[in-house]
Amino acid sequence: MKIYILWLRQIKRYLRSKSRILGSLAQPLLFLLAMGYGFGSVFQKAGQGNYINFLAPGIIGMSIIFTSVFTGIEIIWDRQFGFLKEMMVAPMSRLNIMIGRTMGGATVATMQGIIVLMLSMLFGFHPYSFIGVLLTIPVMFLVALLFTALGTMIASLLDDMQGFQLIMNFLIMPLFFLSGALFPLEGLPKVMSIITKLDPLSYGVDAFRYLLINSSHYDIGLDIAVLSIITGFFLLLGGYFFKKIQI
Amino acid sequence: MNSDLFMDTNKIINVKNLIKKFGDFIAVDDISFSVDKGEIFAFLGPNGAGKSTTIKMLTTLLTSNSGDIKINGHNPAIEPDLVRRMFGIVFQDTSLDDELTAWENMEFHGVLYDVPKKLRRERIESLMQFVELWDRKDSLVKEFSGGMKRRLEIARGLLHHPKIIFLDEPTLGLDPQTRNHMWEYLKDLNKKEGTTIFFTTHYMEEADRIADKIAIIDHGKIIASGTSAELKKDTKTESLEDAFLSLTGNVIREESATSVDHMRTNRRMWRK
Repeated sequence: MKIYILWLRQIKRYLRSKSRILGSLAQPLLFLLAMGYGFGSVFQKAGQGNYINFLAPGIIGMSIIFTSVFTGIEIIWDRQFGFLKEMMVAPMSRLNIMIGRTMGGATVATMQGIIVLMLSMLFGFHPYSFIGVLLTIPVMFLVALLFTALGTMIASLLDDMQGFQLIMNFLIMPLFFLSGALFPLEGLPKVMSIITKLDPLSYGVDAFRYLLINSSHYDIGLDIAVLSIITGFFLLLGGYFFKKIQI
Repeated sequence: MNSDLFMDTNKIINVKNLIKKFGDFIAVDDISFSVDKGEIFAFLGPNGAGKSTTIKMLTTLLTSNSGDIKINGHNPAIEPDLVRRMFGIVFQDTSLDDELTAWENMEFHGVLYDVPKKLRRERIESLMQFVELWDRKDSLVKEFSGGMKRRLEIARGLLHHPKIIFLDEPTLGLDPQTRNHMWEYLKDLNKKEGTTIFFTTHYMEEADRIADKIAIIDHGKIIASGTSAELKKDTKTESLEDAFLSLTGNVIREESATSVDHMRTNRRMWRK
């Protein structure tokens, strides 16, 4: 019940900030349209098939990573506007506060991912099967959980939003660009190939591709295993760092 | 140490030799004090004296370096959840969720404190009626004025019927009407329910008028305590303000701006 009310709070806040929903859709859409149509013919000529189809799962991954890291980092705002204090003096364990918040943030990011999926279908994306689309949703939630927990960790290490740009440019952007969201993972230079293997988003995007367009670089079982392990690890770390937040 | 005194069941807050250091800086330097059940207790001191740090330790937000705290017989560091149920708190800065409605803020609090649904709904209505916000229950808190927010926070702090209510500068920035209304209610609650009130303020006439007992803290040490009359007598002064100044001196204290203050400045930039 307590975890539920923390979750509900995140959902209500999300549904009420229409500008935020719209704002965070603009970027993935721009990527999808500009790159999808822009590189479409080159991709086709290289014998890789339909680029929009290839790109859409990557763009879903993009909207999820940005939204979930951001909802995790929002703890800084809760602290700034004082609401974190209200939670911290409540008779409830720190771990449950962290769980409730992370669940809420991950749900929000999943909803964002679903919206991007539907929009991309409007712009010419053809998923392989309906079952695949349905199965994508829990995987989206798993990826969202992973990056919300990461955002929580970052938030407990940052004093204020000053460091936000730094995190965006040196962590989130590289995670996105090096995940294979925009390009195939086959035939990459050695170093690049290693880096993409270390990027958790690679496995998320790969799982999306498997479920949505029935093509994947790694194995779906490996994708889910890697994502689950890292999510578990980040949740533990996030919980640990959350306890250290001083008000 | 007088152990009999420490076991005194009449003492709802009992602090012994409490110390809190931040690095080399000693924020709270070996303080001891106690508050009786049903007492209205004013905790006064210049900025940076250690008031907020002490309140944070009493309310489980900080742990001490050494010393002993008992809240109604329980140690906040050892049994935090038990202690948390016993007090309500109104912080110096607002701690409401701006994006939720007034009613939702109350409901959220009630759920976190395990107030059963039926009772919760009843109390929310009566408390919001009392602070005259019931007709605004479905407005988002961000549309409220400072005074309305403060009233809502007080109502929220009382929702789980705490034995103690902590108020950290509760009347800061409130107009006299709201201030009087608020104190009327709190005094009434104190009389009827025996709720202990622990508050800080910079308005000396407020402490003079309302508090049964006063403690003055400066540089992390409690330098005087007693009733207002006793403090005035001891310092041979006419008013509590003069007594306060004679005890703490006239030097203006400086507090460094925290990152949160910096962030408030940048707040607009980040909204939306």
